[in-house]
Amino acid sequence: MYTDKVMDHFMNPRNVGEIDNASGVGEVGNASCGDIMRIYLDVEDNIIKDVKFKTFGCGAAIATSSMATELIKGKTIDEALELTNKAVADALGGLPPQKMHCSNLAADALHKAIADYKAKQDAKK
Amino acid sequence: MRRVYLDHSATTPVHPGVIEAMVDCMQNHFGNPSSVHSFGREAKKLLEEARANVAHLIGARPEEIIFTSGGTEADNLTIFGVARAMRKKGNHVITSATEHHAVLDACQALTKEGFEVTVLPVDETGMVRVEDVKAALKPETVLVTIMHANNEVGTINPIKEITQLVKAHGAIMHTDAVQTVGKIPVDVNDLGVDLMSLSSHKIYGPKGVGALYIRKGTKLFPLSHGGGQERKRRPGTENLPGIVGFGKAAEIMARELPEEMGRMGRLRQRLIEGLLAIPEVQLNGHPTERIPINVNVSIKYIEGESLLLMLDMKGIAASSGSACTSGSLDPSHVLLAMGICHEVAHGSLRLTLGRDNTEEDIEYVLDVLPQIVERLRAMSPLYANKEG
Repeated sequence: MYTDKVMDHFMNPRNVGEIDNASGVGEVGNASCGDIMRIYLDVEDNIIKDVKFKTFGCGAAIATSSMATELIKGKTIDEALELTNKAVADALGGLPPQKMHCSNLAADALHKAIADYKAKQDAKK
Repeated sequence: MRRVYLDHSATTPVHPGVIEAMVDCMQNHFGNPSSVHSFGREAKKLLEEARANVAHLIGARPEEIIFTSGGTEADNLTIFGVARAMRKKGNHVITSATEHHAVLDACQALTKEGFEVTVLPVDETGMVRVEDVKAALKPETVLVTIMHANNEVGTINPIKEITQLVKAHGAIMHTDAVQTVGKIPVDVNDLGVDLMSLSSHKIYGPKGVGALYIRKGTKLFPLSHGGGQERKRRPGTENLPGIVGFGKAAEIMARELPEEMGRMGRLRQRLIEGLLAIPEVQLNGHPTERIPINVNVSIKYIEGESLLLMLDMKGIAASSGSACTSGSLDPSHVLLAMGICHEVAHGSLRLTLGRDNTEEDIEYVLDVLPQIVERLRAMSPLYANKEG
């Protein structure tokens, strides 16, 4: 069902954890639908220095969370905003069709974390 | 790596004795049981031996057994066949919320033919309440179909008591016994049912073959037409190798059942104790009225498919009522009907035992599983919230 890359990211997820005093935090999904993703950003000079995630969900949910964090680490905020769920799925070599919508939410979580970061920046001004 | 198969409610490995019987049938008895020549007569003899073995397993008479393509066809044949045959008497059918989709979907389809269907709730253990059946019976009720034991949580329904009510009311009683036959003693006369669905591949027989017990005198229209086989209730040339395999499996199960039931019960108990020792794990289903091969737990704060994948990487095959394993967005309709919330239902794990499982298998699972749970919980934002 899953590609080797999905299984690799599921079995060996990168960047699992939390960031204390994160620059931005984003969460999507809910427990009733079976997937919750929370992404933490550490941003310095508009660059994503570190990113961590915590995910409750299936293999695809965990693998997409892991891949999304890999894809945006070291990128600027604007570059990270360009990341799409489709790009995450492509980077994993594809996902089963039913997983594209229900479990591939990592880019959405990332965008929420960036929005949170920007809101915090605006509040400081 | 050790491989442990704990998904026997999904299907069972075919028994070597069954394979032998099937190969012999295909190599040496290829005749059509409907043919009058010696090849046909030999095939017919095998067919009837298999029928007798299946009948014996459930205390029926051979002429009350017809072979089908499996449990799903047996359920559909019952629901459409009885409802249509009894239409002049009434148009009401009763079933329960935790039935297999072979029953639920067939009942739903019946509503398009003008039938009214009452879907009874279950209690928190997954059991149908006898008083709910009593309250639902109406003058128009023609058929009640309640499963003997549930395929996910293993809870055994009080079929004997329900049947007494239904029969006193003058309706027909069917039970889907796919999960109980070969696992616990099942006797159609003790239960009193009019119809009972069986499946071969749940008792170490081949896939694609099942049976329907039909008590003598029960009215039932066939679903298909085109031949006189199976007393005109299921026309078509019989799947003889499959039926022979099913018959052999039934013969073996009848012989092994008493000992296996006790052994399964002991393994299940050890498994339940070990699983409940993991923090935040709850047992789903009835604590005692459950088939001896079934363990179903919810492991809170983690999701079922992730758990299954990680168990698979350790060689352990299990199943879950998680939405991600069912192809729908909702978790198991059975767990939801029992009042279990979505979040907990997503983390369900079903382990079902079989004749090849050993104590060592169980200890291996109980060694591996806590590590996987810990790993997934470390990733879970729900667990992080719980920890504060």
